Amino acid sequence: MNNYLLIPFLPLTAFLINILFGRNFIKDKAHWVSTLAVGGSWVVAVMTLIDVLDGKTLNVDLYTWIASGTFKVSVGFLIDELTAVMLIVVTTCSMLIHIYSIGYMHGDNGYYRFFAYLSLFTFSMLMLVMANNFMQLYFGWEGVGLCSYFLIGYYFNKKSASDAGKKAFIVNRFGDFGFGLGIILIFLTFGSVYYVPVFGQAASFATNSINFLGYDVHLMSLIAFLLFCGAVGKSAQMPLHVWLPDAMEGPTPVSALIHAATMVTAGVFLVARCSPIFNLAPIVLVIVALTGAITSLFAATIGLVQNDIKRIIAYSTISQLGYMFLACGVGAYSAGVFHLYTHAFFKALLFLCAGSVMHAMAGELDLQKMGGLKKYMPVTYWTMLLASLSISGIPGFAGFFSKDEILWLAYAGPSPVGKLVWAIGTLVAFLTAFYSFRLIFLTFHGKFRGTHEQEHHLHESPKSMTIPLMLLCIGAIGSGWVGIPKLLGGGAHFTEFMMPVLGHPAAHGTHSEELIVMAISIAAGFSGIGLAAYFYILSPEIPVRLVQQFSAVHRVLFNKYYIDELYSFILIRPTIWVAKNILIGITDTRIIEAIVNGVPSTIGAFSQLLRKMQTGLLQHYATIMATGALIIVALMLFR
Amino acid sequence: MVPLQWYLMLSAAVFVIGMFGFLTRKNIIIMFMSVELMLNAVNISLISFSHYLQDMRGHILVFLVVTVAASEAAIGLAIIIALFRNKQTAHVNEMNEMKG
Repeated sequence: MNNYLLIPFLPLTAFLINILFGRNFIKDKAHWVSTLAVGGSWVVAVMTLIDVLDGKTLNVDLYTWIASGTFKVSVGFLIDELTAVMLIVVTTCSMLIHIYSIGYMHGDNGYYRFFAYLSLFTFSMLMLVMANNFMQLYFGWEGVGLCSYFLIGYYFNKKSASDAGKKAFIVNRFGDFGFGLGIILIFLTFGSVYYVPVFGQAASFATNSINFLGYDVHLMSLIAFLLFCGAVGKSAQMPLHVWLPDAMEGPTPVSALIHAATMVTAGVFLVARCSPIFNLAPIVLVIVALTGAITSLFAATIGLVQNDIKRIIAYSTISQLGYMFLACGVGAYSAGVFHLYTHAFFKALLFLCAGSVMHAMAGELDLQKMGGLKKYMPVTYWTMLLASLSISGIPGFAGFFSKDEILWLAYAGPSPVGKLVWAIGTLVAFLTAFYSFRLIFLTFHGKFRGTHEQEHHLHESPKSMTIPLMLLCIGAIGSGWVGIPKLLGGGAHFTEFMMPVLGHPAAHGTHSEELIVMAISIAAGFSGIGLAAYFYILSPEIPVRLVQQFSAVHRVLFNKYYIDELYSFILIRPTIWVAKNILIGITDTRIIEAIVNGVPSTIGAFSQLLRKMQTGLLQHYATIMATGALIIVALMLFR
Repeated sequence: MVPLQWYLMLSAAVFVIGMFGFLTRKNIIIMFMSVELMLNAVNISLISFSHYLQDMRGHILVFLVVTVAASEAAIGLAIIIALFRNKQTAHVNEMNEMKG
């Protein structure tokens, strides 16, 4: 049991060492501390997985954190199937990203700071997934939010980076507000914030309702909805997705970490972890499924036309997260977590490849200036190609198995919107394949379109960067093999493994239907790749003509549906207006400053009157004294 | 025998002369002398009560007042000289450093 303690606390120790001694003593050796610590966590996480595979789950309190009346919170660990999988995902990706960062961040001024925050990030996420109560979950939840702020704004002397950090933090607050309310409501309902009693008693509150803003609301639906608000913020779903593309301002390894292992997957994890509550709230499940489906379609369409290599991958993440929510929404939690797990590998790989490309291009992100990089950086090319095949859902690769399972369970599941989200999901699979390969073709094929100096600078990345790429590639291809569906002769081990926590997804369909669904999704993937090849290799004039013909559509997509502008118009500018004109203009200057300055100036005015009495002339004082004495005498005499 | 009231009237007259002197004269030395007058007016009334009541405590008090007046004269004159050196004048209206 003590071993489990090492998983989160090794990165925490690394963080403390680096942040305290990094600047003056460790300097450019900071990676040793952090990487070894995360490596240690990874080893223990693998041992944990082996334990859990043996059926040894654990729920233990280690330390009483808050004890106030009936409210009790402790730092405790719940090690079960879901936690074990998340531990593997988090520590594996985090470790490889640490190794990659050694090469990528080499020579940076804040080298120690970068690794310190990376470790703190990992620690927060590990605390989040290992929690056995909602408060510790919330602690980890806010921890990853804080670290994302640190790391997105890592280049803090760049305005756009520090703005992006603030944006990520503030947008997350919106979701976390709901999440916080959800936890409070859970405590009010169950009298406890521990998973076991909450999930155990959830069914007995299934028909309760609660008075909320004057309406009687179904209690479980309200709790589930509030929790889902948190998940929407953290996992960048509509309408709180705006922070994630901007988060690209951070260093690329950070993007990989945020997108693959930590942070955004927390929302999916939360929904999966709270599946007993969500199962009692069918309306919220529909909302979850629709949010996921709409988000995935929305982000995929934006991804089609972007030119920034990292932004395309960012929108792809939003889209894939939408997939995971879609899966959770149709009750296929294990499929959602399965996709989370495969996605972590190929998405981390995609980002690290993009980082490698950026490294070669000296920071250039614009696809229009790339092309033909294949012969300069073969390792990056091949690994990125394999990751793209995986995300496109090509049979045999990891992404295929998880995506196919989601689509099948959406189609065959009992959810009322199942067929609809299946259709959207299939369309998104096509779009995903298209934009992923658009990225590949524009970057690596064709002729180089950048400047001469850039072409001269092109080179393959150092070993510390390419080796993590190759290792992640194994995950991107093979991680799905643990969940090969029974139809294809596999054992669907992943779903079986998750069953004790997430239950068994219901699916009613024949084998032939399942084959057809699978065939359609494969066809969608291949046709997406084919279309991308046709557009960007065979006849590159077609996309140009399309853009001219549908310039309005292109403009809307290119500007991300003007969501940022919309928020700026309805939220940010009114807020700033209120701040400037009412809070500063009236409250601050007219009320607060008036009181603060008014009190002393009133007193001053009185004292101006009184000081006139103090003439400083001896005889005035003496006269007053004498007069006083005379008055006293007179009073005594004529009383 | 001179009745007590006469002494008291003398004492009151001297005291009032001193008091008006103190309040009206502007030369600081004259004001100082007026203070001495007021002290001695009190001495007269003390002595006369002491004599009238056949009680020696009045005498004792007079000695005390005389001693105090002597030391006060010494210190007061020293202060006046110091003031004069600073201000080159003995006019009391010039000494208004404590004006609010």
